[in-house]
Amino acid sequence: MQYHSPASFEDAVGIAASADGTTRFLAGGTDVLVQLRADVFTPDVLIDVKNIEGVKDIVCEDGGWRIGAAVSGAEMSENAELARQWPGLVEAMDLIGSTQVQGRATLVGNLCNGSPAADSVPAMFAADVSANITGPNGERRVAVSEIPVGPGKTSLEKGEVITALHIPQRGDNAADAYLRFIPRTEMDIAVVGCAVNLRLDGDTISEARVSLGAVAPKVLLVDEAAQAIIGTSLDENALNALAAAASAACNPINDKRGTIKFRTHVAGVLARRAAKIAYDRVRASK
Amino acid sequence: MSMIHVSTTINGDEAEFLCDPRETLLDVLRDKLALTGAKEGCGTGDCGACSVTVDGRLVCSCLVLGAEAQGKSITTVEGIAEGESLHPLQEKFIEYAALQCGICTPGILVATKALLEKNPDPTETEVRYWLAGNLCRCTGYDKIIRAVMDTAADLRKAS
Repeated sequence: MQYHSPASFEDAVGIAASADGTTRFLAGGTDVLVQLRADVFTPDVLIDVKNIEGVKDIVCEDGGWRIGAAVSGAEMSENAELARQWPGLVEAMDLIGSTQVQGRATLVGNLCNGSPAADSVPAMFAADVSANITGPNGERRVAVSEIPVGPGKTSLEKGEVITALHIPQRGDNAADAYLRFIPRTEMDIAVVGCAVNLRLDGDTISEARVSLGAVAPKVLLVDEAAQAIIGTSLDENALNALAAAASAACNPINDKRGTIKFRTHVAGVLARRAAKIAYDRVRASK
Repeated sequence: MSMIHVSTTINGDEAEFLCDPRETLLDVLRDKLALTGAKEGCGTGDCGACSVTVDGRLVCSCLVLGAEAQGKSITTVEGIAEGESLHPLQEKFIEYAALQCGICTPGILVATKALLEKNPDPTETEVRYWLAGNLCRCTGYDKIIRAVMDTAADLRKAS
């Protein structure tokens, strides 16, 4: 295995594009290095992006936020303004692993690892985060929801790397929330995860995005669930419709962590609870 | 296999080493620099026995490559005591017998020192969550938590 630590994304892409064999980009390493150490996957070329300028930046940009590719979960949690505007996204990231893992793990890594159970990914889908990608054919910007295509698989082409994520402008009367079910309190993989992002007009929901994790081969953006609550004040009928739509979208696996029946039911329960939290957060901020 | 030359700072002292690209910071500390305080428990970032700080940030050294230490400042458990005088956390761990086999202890000391620097007045819940990634299979954690809470109280009084 070769190790490179280029000073620019241009160089990183050049190394990746001309590499013989397999490549991996290294940011926090909490997936890449675990796979390396467990002999699950050892790339021929490992490209550390942390020496590239700007990868540790959390900056306000275009009214929203730019999160560099190597920003750790701990650094996100320590940014009080980011946590105030996007509590669901920051909490979702913070749920991943231990304090030690938080010191290294990144949003981009969680996305590119391609796990359907990744905690931060439903929160990014719900927040409508987009990714700046650079590669041998230039730069492009795509919605994060277009990046996972299956377990461990992304839509990134050979030599492409995500340089930063963009969280949209928060705007008024809006909040998000993320919940996951695990059978313990900490250090576990989501059996089901659910993120809800809302905007209110008075007491009425004017915009909504609902995303589910760990209930399908990839994280889902569930438009039917969003439509079930838009135009409502999140009354009991709306919550029931939301839960039914969330459960209906599930296509989970049966495994030791949760049966199909359990995951399908819990998706509805978490959607209800996350929507209530997001709704209450908007109202509390008024 | 070409080796990588790395210059770094460990416990305040400059250090240099050559490492294979696949070698972890933990391997380098233990096998090349004779700093055997950090332990390998799981090797996958789950147990925290290899905890060190890199530029002040708590990490598992088994999930950091040796090559990544270039230009960084690393602190290990060996850097906690000042010469012969133990750090208050170390004193308190002895007083409370907050260890049995001792494998997890260096990681827990590094982790709790990082906690108290960030939050001098943590609640018991905060200490337990902070240490969720430091597994101890002997003590049942209670003595560890009490030792940390008592150290925090002492340090607050002293400051």
